[in-house]
Amino acid sequence: MDTATPAVTVALHDGQSVVAQSSQVDARRHGELLLPAVHRVLGEAGLKLDAVTGVVVGVGPGPYTGLRVGLVTAATFASALGVPVHGLCTLDGLAYASGIDEPFVVATDARRKEVYWARYDDHRTRATEPSVDRPADIADRVAGLPAVGAGARLYGEVFADARDPEHQSAAALAALAAERLAAGGELLDPLPMYLRRPDAQVPKNYKVVTPK
Amino acid sequence: MADEPLVLGIETSCDETGVGIVRGTTLLANAVASSVDAHARFGGVVPEIASRAHLEAMVPTIERALKDAGVSARDLDGIAVTAGPGLAGALLVGVSAAKAYAYALDKPLYGVNHLASHICVDQLEHGPLPEPTMALLVSGGHSSLLLAPDITSDVRPMGATIDDAAGEAFDKIARVLNLGFPGGPVIDRLAKEGDPNAIAFPRGLTGSRDPAYDFSFSGLKTAVARWVEAKRNAGEDVPVRDVAASFQEAVVDVLTRKAVRACKDQGVDHLMIGGGVAANSRLRALAEERCERAGIRLRVPRPGLCTDNGAMVAALGAEMVARNRPASDLELSADSSLPVTDPHVPGNHDHDHDHDHLHEISKENLYS
Ligand SMILES: [Zn+2]
Repeated sequence: MDTATPAVTVALHDGQSVVAQSSQVDARRHGELLLPAVHRVLGEAGLKLDAVTGVVVGVGPGPYTGLRVGLVTAATFASALGVPVHGLCTLDGLAYASGIDEPFVVATDARRKEVYWARYDDHRTRATEPSVDRPADIADRVAGLPAVGAGARLYGEVFADARDPEHQSAAALAALAAERLAAGGELLDPLPMYLRRPDAQVPKNYKVVTPK
Repeated sequence: MADEPLVLGIETSCDETGVGIVRGTTLLANAVASSVDAHARFGGVVPEIASRAHLEAMVPTIERALKDAGVSARDLDGIAVTAGPGLAGALLVGVSAAKAYAYALDKPLYGVNHLASHICVDQLEHGPLPEPTMALLVSGGHSSLLLAPDITSDVRPMGATIDDAAGEAFDKIARVLNLGFPGGPVIDRLAKEGDPNAIAFPRGLTGSRDPAYDFSFSGLKTAVARWVEAKRNAGEDVPVRDVAASFQEAVVDVLTRKAVRACKDQGVDHLMIGGGVAANSRLRALAEERCERAGIRLRVPRPGLCTDNGAMVAALGAEMVARNRPASDLELSADSSLPVTDPHVPGNHDHDHDHDHLHEISKENLYS
């Protein structure tokens, strides 16, 4: 499952292929949509949650409030079921889904006129650490490269060659995880990739109330 | 009793990640992970810092509570969670965890009201709540006077603060006196060595034409700051202990006076006090004194149950189970401004089915 972008996306993978999946794009209702989506996906496969032997969750980067819904849900499932929980970079899921086999960029919307982004050598291989920047500030580093994700569509002046997919899909995330696990590869811990420090204003000393 | 509901409760409305487990009105575990230290240098709770801390602490706190209680998650009869009111992002972590836990274990889910939970927690201390109960809830986030004829279905607001919460006033005055955050415990401690009658600070909304049960602490806060600044501007030492004692006296005088009056007016012979400020020793002492004089039984839980915690949520959840209240559904969302009049958030059940079922039962009752 992945809730690090406007997509609330859940998929069930049996190690060979995707059995069932659900994706809804609604940036404001991750908390409400995720569990019913899990229920729907399992129902389609005729299974209950306790049949699941592992949980994979997108760890972002992405807007925090939605991101945490997926992470805490995955961690709680894993604790309740006694199964492992793994993290995968959300951008890696988008990259994998693109199937692109040349250098390209994944960019998602980080709000505040910024994108979360990373460069890839091909759809399986990330070349840079994910970071958050203003598109204009990275223009020279992404110039001439194809770009996938909603961030690429949002800033066409920087990402001239925007391609599909626009949205994250848990099906791709699950397939990538299954491929890496089968190859004996390591996945991430299920911890959030925030990339920004929390907004926290240190309040000024108390307001003086007596007139000077 | 083994047939009483065994419920796990999750609370994340502010800066405490709380998970409690109760059996009926018996407390089994109350695990709390607080992020208060992370907020101290900001002089108040920073929502994003609180949300990040909840995510980190959530699963370990659930596991610790189960271990402390010595029960298996499989044996739970329900999962309760604070659905609101509180900080939206913070609430969402707890609500998401509770839904996932309830779903994974196939247990009913109860999204409950934070304020009603603060009242219901006293069942763990002093046994079943009298009906009705008058409750004074005072903390950094709330100051309200509530009448609860049935804590699971009928909670009525009598009065509330029109500006600052009582606990917020303690924090602000602590800042004026350079005492750090949070302000409640340090002011309580210093006030013990000061004279509560040294300075006559104003009692907000106590005039004959003022609303009888509402509170206001903003004018008091300004008066204290003004008084302290005048001393400083005159180059005099600020008598911190006397200021703390006089300020605290002004707050608890108004709180207890209005609470006791509400009990008398409504003919209620029990007063419950909850919320973080209920840990204040002077509030407890003065409430005790005034309740005794008025013939009112005072119920104040131990301090660890007054501050935000998961046991209070579990306590209300257990009561929901015991009284057969409908469970919440998987769409349950966090509601940062959940009205106090909604003790819980029932799901949208299939009404036709329920009605058919009711008809069957009533037919049987009529004809058998
Ligand atoms: Zn509270």
